[in-house]
Amino acid sequence: MQGRIHIDGERCKGCLFCIEFCPKKSIHLSEELNLKGYFVSAFDSGDGCNGCGICALMCPEVAIEVERA
Amino acid sequence: MKHLMSGNAALAEAAILSGCTAYFGYPITPQNELTEHMAKRMVESGGVFIQSESEIAAINMVLGASAAGARAMTSSSGPGMSLKQEGISYLVADELPAVIVNVVRGGPGMGNISPSQSDYFQATRGGGHGDYKTIVLAPSSVQELTEIVPLAFDLADKYRNPVLILGDGMLGQMMEPVDFDGLKRPGDYQKDYILTGAKDRPARSIYSLIFDAKLQEEHNWKLQRKFQLIEQNEVRYETYLTEDAEMIVVAYGMGARIAKGAIKRLRQEGLKVGMLRLITLWPFPAKVLQEMVDTVSEFFVFEMSAGQMVEDVRLALGGKANVHFYGRPGGVIPMPVELYRIVSRHYHQALSALSGK
Amino acid sequence: MTTYKPIYERPKLLKEAHFHYCPGCGHGIINRLLMEVIEEMDLADKAICVAPAGCGMLLYNYFDIDVIESAHGRGSAVATGIKRMLPDSLVFSYQGDGDLAAIGTAEGFHAANRGENITVIFVNNGVYGMTGGQMAPTTLIDQVTTTSPLGRNSNLAGHPVRICEVFSMLDGTAYLERVAVNKPAAVVRTKKAIRKAFQRQIDGAGFSLVEILSPCPTAWKMGTLEACTWVDEVMSKVFPLGVVKDVTRAADPGAADPGAADPGAMSATPRSEEAPCS
Repeated sequence: MQGRIHIDGERCKGCLFCIEFCPKKSIHLSEELNLKGYFVSAFDSGDGCNGCGICALMCPEVAIEVERA
Repeated sequence: MKHLMSGNAALAEAAILSGCTAYFGYPITPQNELTEHMAKRMVESGGVFIQSESEIAAINMVLGASAAGARAMTSSSGPGMSLKQEGISYLVADELPAVIVNVVRGGPGMGNISPSQSDYFQATRGGGHGDYKTIVLAPSSVQELTEIVPLAFDLADKYRNPVLILGDGMLGQMMEPVDFDGLKRPGDYQKDYILTGAKDRPARSIYSLIFDAKLQEEHNWKLQRKFQLIEQNEVRYETYLTEDAEMIVVAYGMGARIAKGAIKRLRQEGLKVGMLRLITLWPFPAKVLQEMVDTVSEFFVFEMSAGQMVEDVRLALGGKANVHFYGRPGGVIPMPVELYRIVSRHYHQALSALSGK
Repeated sequence: MTTYKPIYERPKLLKEAHFHYCPGCGHGIINRLLMEVIEEMDLADKAICVAPAGCGMLLYNYFDIDVIESAHGRGSAVATGIKRMLPDSLVFSYQGDGDLAAIGTAEGFHAANRGENITVIFVNNGVYGMTGGQMAPTTLIDQVTTTSPLGRNSNLAGHPVRICEVFSMLDGTAYLERVAVNKPAAVVRTKKAIRKAFQRQIDGAGFSLVEILSPCPTAWKMGTLEACTWVDEVMSKVFPLGVVKDVTRAADPGAADPGAADPGAMSATPRSEEAPCS
C-alpha cells in the first residue's frame, strides 16, 4: 500500500511529533524555514509511507493531509 | 384585580408576565421572596429556574441563557451584587440583554438587612471593570413595578445591554396592593446575534477579548454611542408640586416616598417645596434639573446613604444653584417628620439668606 | 499513474486560521479532535462551545460552530444557562486547569452535582500556560513553576487536584474519563472518549467530563518529545488514565437509598482503595 502526505509548511512549527511517531520514518526535519521562523517537517517521497495517518493524528497544527493509493 | 403582595414577589410576577424565561439566583436577604416566587412560578410558566451555587454562578448563567435568546434575570443584594460585577461587565461587552435586580441593603461589607440606597455609585458608575454603563431604574412603589419591570426587559432587548432595577429592602418586603391587569408584555425582538447552533446560517461567536487596542477602542466607542442614544431617549422622572416651588427635593425609590410625606407637611405650613423623583438613575435626568434652575435656586438631595446621588445633582447644576443634602447610611430609614424638620430648617435658612441679599 | 484517494483531510469545521498554540502543545490536537467528532456525529448544527480564559480562549477563531467566550472559570455556569434554554443543543465547555480546578471549581462542581447535561473538556497541563507558567491546582509536588520556583511544597501549596475522582462522588455525574494526547494510542483513546461524552449528552445521561493530560513544553521548560514522555512517566502516575465513572444514567437521588451499593450502576474501575461512596 502506497501512501503520500502533504505538509502545510506554513502551519508547521517543527514540533517533531510527526517525525517521532511515524512508524516508517518517512518524515524528516528540513532546513527550510517558514514565515513563522520554524524549521519545517518534510515528507520523504519514496516507498516508505503506507498512509497510516499517524502523522496527521499527532500533528497539533492540522498541517498534514494523507492520501493512499 | 388587586393582589396584596410583597415588592419582591410582585417583581418576580411582573417579570414572568413580561416574558422572563430564565431566572437564576442565590438566596440573600432582603430579596429571598423574589427567588422563592420564581422557584414556584417559573416552573409553572415553563421557564428555567435554578437556585445557583453563588451570585457569580447566577450572573454567568444569565449570560449563557441570554446568549441563547432568553429573557433572563437575576436578583441579589449587597455582597451578592458585588460578586456580579464581573459578569455585568461581560454582559455589556458582549452586548447581551439581561435584567439584574438589586434589593439594596445596608453596607459596606456584610452590612445589615435593612433598606438602603448605598449602591447608587455601584449601579450608575458601573461596579465592574471597563468603560460601560447599565440603565438603572428606580421604582418607588409595588404598583410601579408593573411598569418598571416590563420596561426593564424591553430596554434590555432594545439596546442589547443589561438593565439594573435598583430597589431596596423596604420596597422588597413591603406588602401593597398591586394590579397586574395593565401590565403590557414587551414585544419580542429579532435577535440575530444569539447562539442556537449554526443551522442554516453561518456560525456565530460572542466574545469580548479584543487584543488589538485600536479595535478595542472602536468597540468601546460603539458602546459609547449606544449609551449616548440611551441618554437622549430614555430619561424618566416624575415631578411633584414643582410648578411654584422655591426648593426642590431630589430623591428616588423609597427616599422619594419619605420625601413626599415630608413635603405634604411642609406644604401645610405654606413652604413651597416640590420634588423631582428620579426614575432613571442612569441616564441621569440632568436636563430637567438644569431647566429648573431658571426658577429655583435651592435643591435638597435626600438619600438613604452617606451621599452618592448628590454628586450627580451637583454635576448637573454646575454651581448654578445651592445644593443641600441629608443622608442616612447603614440601613436607617428616616421618618417623613424627621425629614420635614430638616428640610424646613434648610428652607428657612436659604430663603432668609436670599432675602438678606 | 497511481491515483491517490484522501485518507485524512483537515476537518471542515476548522477555520483556516493558523493555531496560535506553542509547538507541541496539546490544545491543537484536542481542538482538531473536537471538530472531527462533531463533524462525524453530524452535530455542527447543534453544537455550542463555551470558551475559557487561558490558552484556549481563541476557540472562536478556529471552530466553525457557535462559540461564546466565558469569564475565567465560569464556563460551566454559562454552559448551564445555554443548555437549560436549548436542551436539544450540544453544549460543551472547554476549560483548563486554572479555569476548572481553581477559579471555576464551584461552578464546575455544582454543574456536575446538578447533573447538567453538558460536557466539560478539561485540558490538564499542570500549569497556567497563558499567563506565563504559574502553578496550577494540578501542578505536581516538587514541580517547578514561576510561582513555585523551589518546586511545589505541599505544606505551602497543597497537593494536585484530581478533578475526575472528586466529581465522581457526585450523583449527577454520568461519565468521567481521563485520557492524554501525548502519543498516537492516547490520541485515539481521547477521540473515543470525546465521542462517548457527546453521546452521553445526547442520550440525556447527565454530566460528562473528559480530562485530557496535555503536554505544555513551554511552561514545563522541556522539548516537545520530552514533554510527551513526561506525561507517561510522571504525570499519569499522579493522574491515572482510564474511566473513572461510567453510568448510563446519572443516579436519581430520589430513587435509591444513597447508602446502598448498586453494583449495576458503576462499571468503573475504582481508582482508590476505598470504593466511592454510593
